[in-house]
Parts: sequence; structure tokens; C-alpha cells
Amino acid sequence: MKSIAFMKGRFVAAAFSGLLLLATVVSLSFQQLNWGLDFTGGTLIELNYDSSVDLGNIRDQLLTGGYEGAMVVSFGTDRDVLVRLPISYSDAEGARMVEVLRGAASQKVTMQRMEFVGPQVGDELREQGGLAMLLALGLVLIYVGFRFQIKFAMGAVIALAHDVLIILGFFSITRLEFDLSVLAAILAVIGYSLNDTIVVSDRIRENLRKIRKMEPLGVVDVSLNETLGRTLVTSLTTMLVLTSLAVFGGDMIFGFAIALLVGVTIGTYSSIYVASTSLLALGVTKEDVAIPVKEGEDQEAVIP
Amino acid sequence: MLNRYPLWKNLFITLIVAMGFYYAAPNLYAPDPALQIGGSSGAQGINGPLMDRASQALSEAGIGYFGEEIQALGKTGLIRLESREQQLKAQAILQRALGDGYIVALNLAPTTPDWLVSGSARPMKLGLDLSGGVHFKLEVDVDAATDRKLEHYENGIKRRLREERIRGRLALEGTRIGMTFRSVEDREAARSAVKDLYPELLLDRVDEDVPQLFAEVTETTIAEVVEYAVAQNLTTLRNRVNELGVSEPLVQRQGKNRIVVELPGIQDTAEAKRILGKVANLEFRLVAEANTPISERQRFDYRGESRQGMTEWLERDIIITGERVSNAAASFDQNGQPNVQITLDGEGGMLMSRATRANVKRRMGVLFIERKYRTRYENDENGETVVIRDPYDEKKVLTAPVIQSALGAQFQITGLDSPAESSELALMLRAGALAAPISFVEERTVGPSLGAENIELGVKSLQLGLALVVLFMLVYYRVFGVIAVVALTANLVLLVAVMSLLSATLTLPGIAGIVLTVGMAVDANVLIFARIREELAAGTSSQLAIHSGFERAVTTILDANITTLIVAIILYAVGTGPIKGFAVTLSVGIITSMFTAIMGTRALVNISYGGRRVDRLSIGRVRMRAAAVSKEATA
Repeated sequence: MKSIAFMKGRFVAAAFSGLLLLATVVSLSFQQLNWGLDFTGGTLIELNYDSSVDLGNIRDQLLTGGYEGAMVVSFGTDRDVLVRLPISYSDAEGARMVEVLRGAASQKVTMQRMEFVGPQVGDELREQGGLAMLLALGLVLIYVGFRFQIKFAMGAVIALAHDVLIILGFFSITRLEFDLSVLAAILAVIGYSLNDTIVVSDRIRENLRKIRKMEPLGVVDVSLNETLGRTLVTSLTTMLVLTSLAVFGGDMIFGFAIALLVGVTIGTYSSIYVASTSLLALGVTKEDVAIPVKEGEDQEAVIP
Repeated sequence: MLNRYPLWKNLFITLIVAMGFYYAAPNLYAPDPALQIGGSSGAQGINGPLMDRASQALSEAGIGYFGEEIQALGKTGLIRLESREQQLKAQAILQRALGDGYIVALNLAPTTPDWLVSGSARPMKLGLDLSGGVHFKLEVDVDAATDRKLEHYENGIKRRLREERIRGRLALEGTRIGMTFRSVEDREAARSAVKDLYPELLLDRVDEDVPQLFAEVTETTIAEVVEYAVAQNLTTLRNRVNELGVSEPLVQRQGKNRIVVELPGIQDTAEAKRILGKVANLEFRLVAEANTPISERQRFDYRGESRQGMTEWLERDIIITGERVSNAAASFDQNGQPNVQITLDGEGGMLMSRATRANVKRRMGVLFIERKYRTRYENDENGETVVIRDPYDEKKVLTAPVIQSALGAQFQITGLDSPAESSELALMLRAGALAAPISFVEERTVGPSLGAENIELGVKSLQLGLALVVLFMLVYYRVFGVIAVVALTANLVLLVAVMSLLSATLTLPGIAGIVLTVGMAVDANVLIFARIREELAAGTSSQLAIHSGFERAVTTILDANITTLIVAIILYAVGTGPIKGFAVTLSVGIITSMFTAIMGTRALVNISYGGRRVDRLSIGRVRMRAAAVSKEATA
């Protein structure tokens, strides 16, 4: 296999990342995220009708019942319906609403699930979620800085922040619902993408020490090539299970699986381009990773 | 010799994996839908005839059942049902047949065989999103609790100042009480009086010459009030949840002032909320004397098992009710005897002193009042049976101590048998105090069919994902792929075993965590195999390639996994409910995968290839480098 000169394309990649980030920022500032019930508060009810049902009818029934501002969408099949009431309705209103719909329907209506989230919970959750992400990034910065070197840590954190922002952008642009499980997925992506970045960084460090006659740029390229096989195989196996989860895992897990799929894709890309490019931009040198040289250490070079 | 594990190491790995299989095994046995019968007051035992009555009721209704047994020394009975669909119907039938004296609860009875039970192997618990049920999050109103405490202070200070004949005006201002006096001397007198009464208050004045004083409630005191309010609500809720007929309820504190209640199997949220939100109360009344006319006295049973069958005649007049109790705490007197210290609010103290002054040496009874329901069954106009629940108050005597002297706002009940009795009594006395109102801030109901569907979908996607990964590994890594797949299987088994041992709850995100672990667990193997391939490509001999391949990959694997573990731990610390479930699976998965991928794989590789001459490793395509090929040719 010919080795790929990854770093030649780093400016193109930087422009690409910049573009994605720009889109993210624009989308987030204009339409924010489609916050799920966990964050906005309110009542959500999943109903199962015995035979297919017309959403327009349900909306009319709800209006007659005095439930204004209720959102009615189908959920998976034409027999499953999701109703969302805004936060202004109290916690007792959900059960009453189910009765209204049962009374109006000419068929059996089964309540599959009902969720009520009070306003105080949502705000707190958003705060906690943001805090968790910052905390994760901070601790990673410290651990990697300690185990490797601060430039590697910066590279890793820049790559992670890049991934998180782009997933947020993806959810903002596609208007997919951003709920608690998506937040968990993003945190899992931080873990996953970090895993990738560490593996690449580890190799760059090793090669910086080993290959004496090459500029850092060349060393990074060699390292990326060496780890490429592993990076692709791991991403592939992870994506295989995630695709299975997204397709067969059901609607409650769909957002979670999609967030992870996007995250793993972008994480794979970022561990190749963002972390390494940042590392070069920060001016990593052989001295940064130098260890007190032991006499007679094996210095055999690998010919790329 | 290269690549040989000592025997003990192989045995150790085999042992761990064998234990993994043992502790994971209970999860293979699906639980039976069942009904659990218990006495509603704890006094009624469950006996053979009762179980026969229950069985008969089920037979008459044509509901298939088996395996009736009496458990917990006759405290509960269990009947297993043949089909899950009939569980709710069977519950209603049994409840009707047995009456209000018994509680019939939905239950999932484990079917773990004896050879597993004897090693205390248990299946994982299913979260509400998988089993169906209700989840509530309640919030204790901290502000109300603080306000009540402030009022208590204000009343206390007012009373003390009156006693000390200091005239002044009191006003509540936020978290402090402002006092205005006529003179600086009055202020100083008040200062020492308040300091003596409530040393925990922070006293401050505006200026030397201004006759004003501020008593501020400190942060610590407020924190204590909140702590107390939450703890009390927790205990009250636990007691009430037991009435709901749920076999494995969860009542747990979350954060500063939240309480999570999870009731598996329950579908009727309105009923659950009514019982959780109900108020218990207390009444203090004098014990009737021999000459008290019958029209002015009432007879009550004692509460609790130890005083079963004892009764007490009390006067009809109520001295005070539970709302007047601002605190009750279990404590010890100077002789080390257990007692309960009771504090009443200002008005309560006044009423108490008026009632007891003339009645020293008589006894005073404390009544505990609980709202209960009687169930009736009636036919409506369509001929369908409707369940009607009529509320009534059940009043029982907690204790009836002798009044030793005229009582005021603070007094104590002595002569208790044990510290356990005093803390129980203090708890019951506080139940009427309602330390702080609670409100529902979150509520989730999952129907049982949705729960079953979630399990099915989760398992299906896990199977498919696993199959795809296995296929890929076999094609890509050949014999080494087989080894990786064996390691992956062992990892899954160990993951399930550890989760079961930790009695972790399996939730839908938890299943997602397992699925994700499958994808990521092969990563360690991929790293190792990639290294071995590289070594081979560089022309290293097979044995040496295996050796250094493992050696070099291990540090990378450790670094990568520890960082992921950091993230998982944060997820656990910050997340709630399902997210926590995901974090647990992820962390356990990372740890077990490191064991199976590094040690397990190595053992298998050593057994297949180690310690002998191997010409070729079956690890998929290795791209020989030009230099390496020539080197091998000369070798």
C-alpha cells in the first residue's frame, strides 16, 4: 500500500472543519437545538391505537377537549401517536388527556408511556450537561497533558471540542430531537474519539522519538499511515453495531444511535486531521517528547 | 520460552471466565409473572387456608397458576402465573377475594435454579423502561421548610421576650428576623435572651446607638432544615410506598432536595400519586378516667405488632393536633435512658400547658391517624364491575405516657424500652409535622408492552451487531479473528456477570452501552493484531512478532481506555437514571474488555501458537516491506 501524505491536505481539511463549524455556529444561533422533553419540560404521551388513526382527528379531539398547543405526531407506525403538551399543563393533565382521547376514539387506545418533566428539572439538566462536558474536556486535558505533553493534550481537546460542536450542529440543522440520551451519546463520543486520538498521538510520540531524520510533519504522516488500518477497522466495527442499533433498536434509542454514528464518523476524521493538524500548528518538536535517553537504546529506524 | 503462559495464569483466566459464566447464567432464566400477597398492617400472617382461598379464586376465574409458596416466615405468599397478560386481571381478582386486609402486589418471581441460587448468583434487575412501571421525581419545597423554621424562631423569640418582659416589635425580613426595641438596654437584654434560647442564630445590630437587633439564620441551619425535611419525607414515602402493592419499590434521595420513587408494574399513576401525597396526622388527647362519661370517651387500638390487641380509652377532646409539632427527636436523658424530645410551636405550647397544668399524674395518649381506603365492587348501568374506594381515617394509639408535670412548648416522653422504640416514635410524631410540602417535578410511565418491546429490540440489535462484528473479524483476521471473537464472547459474559453481581439495573441505554462495548471491545484486539502485522511486515519472526506486538500495544490500550473510563465516570457522577445505567455498563465494559482482550487473547494466542516453531501466523494479509522480504530471503 502506498503511504498517504495526509498532512499535505491539512489546509483543505482545516477549511472543511472551519466550514462545518461555521454552519454549526450559524445554525445554533438561529434555531438553537430542538430540545427534547427532558430539557424543555412538559408532558409527553405515547399512545397505541388498535388500527390506523388520523392525526388530524386527534388534533381536533384535543382542541375540543381544551388542550391548546398540543403537538401530535406519529411515532414509527400509523397506529402509534406521540402527543406533547407544553409546560403550562400540570402533571395531572396527561392522564386526563388520555381519558379525553379514549372517550373520543372508536377503538381501543393503549397508553404506552407518559412522561412529565417539570420546568425546574429541564434548566438544571442543561446546566449539568454543559458542566459535564466541560468537566470531561478539562480532566482529559489534565490526564493527557500528564501522560503525554501539553501540546498533545491541547490537540486532543481541540479535536474533542470540534467533534462535540459538529454533533450539536448536526442536531441543530436536522432538527432531530435533542434529549437526555443524545447528551449521553455525546459524552460517549468524547470517550470514543479520545480513544482514537490517543492511539494516534501515542504513535506520533513513539515515532518522534524513533525516527531521527524526519521533520515532525513527516513523522505525523508516517504515524497516521501506520495507525490507519487500526483506525478504520475499529471505526468500522463500531459503526456496524451502531447501524444495527439505529435501524433495529427502536425509536427510543434512535437519537442516541444517530448521535453516536455521526460522532464516530467525525471522531475518526478528527483524530486524523484535527488533532494532528493542531499538534503541528502548536509546533510540536522532538524535544517535546524526549525522554532521558538510556545508553544503548535500540534506535533502529523503520523505513517507510 | 517465548509466548508461554505459566499454568497458574491459564488457570486463573479459565477460573475468571468460568465464574463469569456462572454469575451471568441467572439472566438466561426468564422470571415468572407472579402475585405477591402480604398483610396490609403487617399483623396478618399468610397461612395455608388463605393461600387455598387465593388459589380457588384464580381457578374460578380460569387463570392458570402454579408454584404457590409461603415466604419470609409466613409474612408473604407468592403465586406464579402462567401468562403475563393475565397478571393485572389476576391481581384485581385476588384483591377482591382477599379483601382490604391484604395487599396483592405484582411481582416477577425469579426462576433461578438452585445450583445458581446457592452461589448467590442473581439475575440483573430490569429498569422501568424495560419492565414497565412508574417513575416519580418529587421535590421537597426548601423555601417552605425554611419559612416554617423562621416562623418557629419568631414565635420562640416572641414568647421568650414576653417572659422576660422586654417590649419590642418583630418582623420577618428574608432569612432574618428584625427586632426593634425602645432602648439600647432592652436590645442588650434581648440579645442575651435570644442567644440563650437559640445559640445557632447569628445576632447583629445596625449601630451602637440604634435599638435594633437582627437574628439571622445561618446557611448551616438552613442546610440542616433541608436535610431534615428531605430525610423525613424519605421515610414517610417509604412507608406509603409499601401500601401500594409493589414488590420491589425504590425510594431514593437524589441531589439536595429531590426524591426518586420507582414503582415497577404500577400503571395507575393517579392512584399512586394520591397515596404518596397523602397526609398522616397526630392527635394528643388525655386518657379517659374511670368516671369519664361514656359519651366523652372513645376506645382505640394500639399501633404496632408488639402491642397487638391492647386498647386504650381516650377523651374525645383533642388537646392539639400534629400540625403543632415542630420537631420530635430521639435522644437520651442524663441516665442514658432513651426518650423523645418534642417541640411544639407557640400556640401548641400554650394549649399543652393549659391542658396539662391541672392534669399532672394523668396519662396522655398520642393518636396516629392514617387515611385508608375501603374497596367496594359495584355494577354500573352497563353491568360492568367498577371498583369504588371509600376513604376513612384509621386512628391508632402510639403511646400513652404519664404527665409528670405541667408541660410547655418543649417536653419529653420517657420510659421507652429501647433506642429503636424512641427513634420509631420520634419518626411517627414528626409525620404529622409535615416538615415541608413536596411536589412532583417529573413523572414517567412505561406500559408493560412497551417495556417488553424495548427488551426485544435491544436484544435484536445486539445480536445483529454482534453477528456483523464477528463476521468481519473472522474474514479480516482469520485464526486471530477466531481468537478475538472468543475473547469478545468472554467479555460479554463477564460484563453481564459483573453487572449481575453489582445488582446493577439494566436499562435501555444500558443495552445500548453493551452494544457499544461490543463495537469498542474489539479495538484492543485490533490494536494488538495491527502491531503484530507490523512486526511481521518488518520481517520479525512469528514468535517475536506476537511478543512485541502485545508488549507495544498494551500501553496504548491502557491510555486509551483510562481516558474513556474518565468520561464514563463523569457520566455516572452527573447523569441520572438511565444515563447512570449507560455509564455503569460502559465502565464495566471497558474494564472487562481490557482483561479479555489483553490477558484472554494472549492466553489463547499462546495456546495456539506459543512455544513452538511457527512458520506463518493466520492473521490476515500482511504486506511485506521490500527490505523485510529480502531480509527473510537471506535468513
